[in-house]
Amino acid sequence: MSEPKGRGAGHAATSAERLQRLLALVPYVVSRKAVGLADTAAAFGLSERELVDDLNMLWCVELRDPDPYCPIDLSYEGGEIVISQAESIGRPLRLAVDEASALLVALRMLAEVPGLEDRSALSRVIAKLEAAAGEAAGPSAQVAVQVDRPHGDGVIGHVREALDRRRRVHLRYYVPGRDEATERDVDPMRLLVVEGRAYLEGWCRRADGVRLFRLDRILGIDVLDVPASVPGIARPVDVDQGLFRPSPGDVHVVLEVSAAGRWVAEYYPCESVEELGDGWLRVRLRTPDTQWVRRLALRLGEDGRVTAPGDLRARVREDAAAALARYASG
Amino acid sequence: MSRRKTERLLSLVVCLLSTRRYLTAEQIRQAVAGYPDQPEAFKRMFERDKEELRELGIPLETGAISPLDEDVTGYRVQRQAYELPELRLEPDEAAVLGLAARVWRHAELAGAAAGALLKLRAAGIDTDDPDGTARQGIEPRVHTTEPAFGPLWEAVRDRRPVTFSYRAAGRSDPARRELEPWGVVNRHGRWYVAGWDRGRDAVRVFRLSRIEGAVRFSGPPGSVTVPAGTDVREVVRSWDSVPPREHTAVLRLRHGAGYGLRRYATGRQAAAEAPDAAVGWDTITVPFSDIGWFADHVASFGADVVVIDPPDLRDAVIRRLKGALA
Repeated sequence: MSEPKGRGAGHAATSAERLQRLLALVPYVVSRKAVGLADTAAAFGLSERELVDDLNMLWCVELRDPDPYCPIDLSYEGGEIVISQAESIGRPLRLAVDEASALLVALRMLAEVPGLEDRSALSRVIAKLEAAAGEAAGPSAQVAVQVDRPHGDGVIGHVREALDRRRRVHLRYYVPGRDEATERDVDPMRLLVVEGRAYLEGWCRRADGVRLFRLDRILGIDVLDVPASVPGIARPVDVDQGLFRPSPGDVHVVLEVSAAGRWVAEYYPCESVEELGDGWLRVRLRTPDTQWVRRLALRLGEDGRVTAPGDLRARVREDAAAALARYASG
Repeated sequence: MSRRKTERLLSLVVCLLSTRRYLTAEQIRQAVAGYPDQPEAFKRMFERDKEELRELGIPLETGAISPLDEDVTGYRVQRQAYELPELRLEPDEAAVLGLAARVWRHAELAGAAAGALLKLRAAGIDTDDPDGTARQGIEPRVHTTEPAFGPLWEAVRDRRPVTFSYRAAGRSDPARRELEPWGVVNRHGRWYVAGWDRGRDAVRVFRLSRIEGAVRFSGPPGSVTVPAGTDVREVVRSWDSVPPREHTAVLRLRHGAGYGLRRYATGRQAAAEAPDAAVGWDTITVPFSDIGWFADHVASFGADVVVIDPPDLRDAVIRRLKGALA
């Protein structure tokens, strides 16, 4: 049986890719009233020179039989493209299954995003796209991205309100790693929906930095009558690089987990994962705060051990001994 | 070389679209510049070209040239099958389409999303949101870091069975599985594939991150039938959902600690009212479903939480703590 194809990123345009572009270029021009060389080049991600080369190629198409004729006639004098004869390729090609699916799956996911107010635009565009894609829309029903709903709709409503009115919020926020309910003022920046989870991104005035707050961990939120003021130095999180990036000040932690603890490698962003045999794994990760690792080690019990740093390992033993003492005395 | 090929393919598409009747390979060779005269060389090149057009989704039709001459195959592309149907979008609709295309940025279907937008722009739709007002401040993303996503999507799309090596939760060794995939679903940020497990003769759900090595097709396209009425989201949801919380634990929590447990408490006694409680402690009752999972969870709170009841939960927590001490 054949091998599945890998992704083919990072190469020069193949003949097939250029053909796709040429077949889109003609209807792009035909469907618009006035089309300039510069704008069109930008829309297709080309230089003007490359675009002119594409146009020349289209103009040169010749069918030789029974009588030679040139089916496409166009000009680009004075920087404006005019296609006076587009023959049979005046309309774009239908959407392929992958193309229809990419858009439909994403649109259906957006329709689940809490607080997105354009629900009516979403359902209209989904219906139109399904109709236009026809059969190619079918397989998209077999891919779904589910969006988690935060507890109670009150939180999302307040987050949206704060973003729209550019107001500061006061959060009561649960930090599971430290088992703390924290209080802080935050200047909202964006609502991120990454991997089905919603986050408020904002400038945390307690930490003096950009922080992400998972909506389902917000215990309470008040929209303050204070304008949000995000400092110029605040940089939005690059969501394409993953939400949690190590920083230079982080502690290196090495954990070993049994087969029953392998979920750790899936759950936390790890720098490396190494098989140790018998299902055991060695996991290396970096974190600014080791409190949660101590709690993780207690949770794992005999299915995990911290091997580095040494003082963290000692703290885990102290934690376990202190907890056991409660049972001895109780 | 590549330029000549692009020119040839472009002429071929225009030629096939311009004809109502089927054209023979020889007629095509006459009409389209760039094919060799030598019959074998032409045949090979024409075969490859047809394959390329099909891969681009161009609906190349084959049929008999005439009812009298059924042995000679002809080719054509029908305009109606080729063309994107008329599609008009309001500005707000086009804007959400632009947002949707961003969802896959840098993920497996990014190229497909960009290709779709290109065609929609070619249909006269402007998907940019020039004033940026449509969705101020919303940034949706889906990642597909699991290498199995691409092949499994192809398998689902083309209805092909697959085999892969899978390490089930808590198992030390991976096992070979053969699956008729029904769909892929992202739930709580993780990708799953659901389908019929041929080895187990049952519906199964697999987490993509636990698939080891390559996913291989084990049958031709079209050989998988998804049962009518299957809702893959529901299949994954029911597999993943927490069983009902039938048990109840009584826990003692240090003041100001154990928020992760307090949130689910059904009963709470303030410190003063609990006769056996020391100062600064609360007693709560919490429902739970699985004793193993709940013992792990309670142990993670260390000395801030003590199990009063039931005894088997208490023992399980003590066992975890002793394990962490070892």
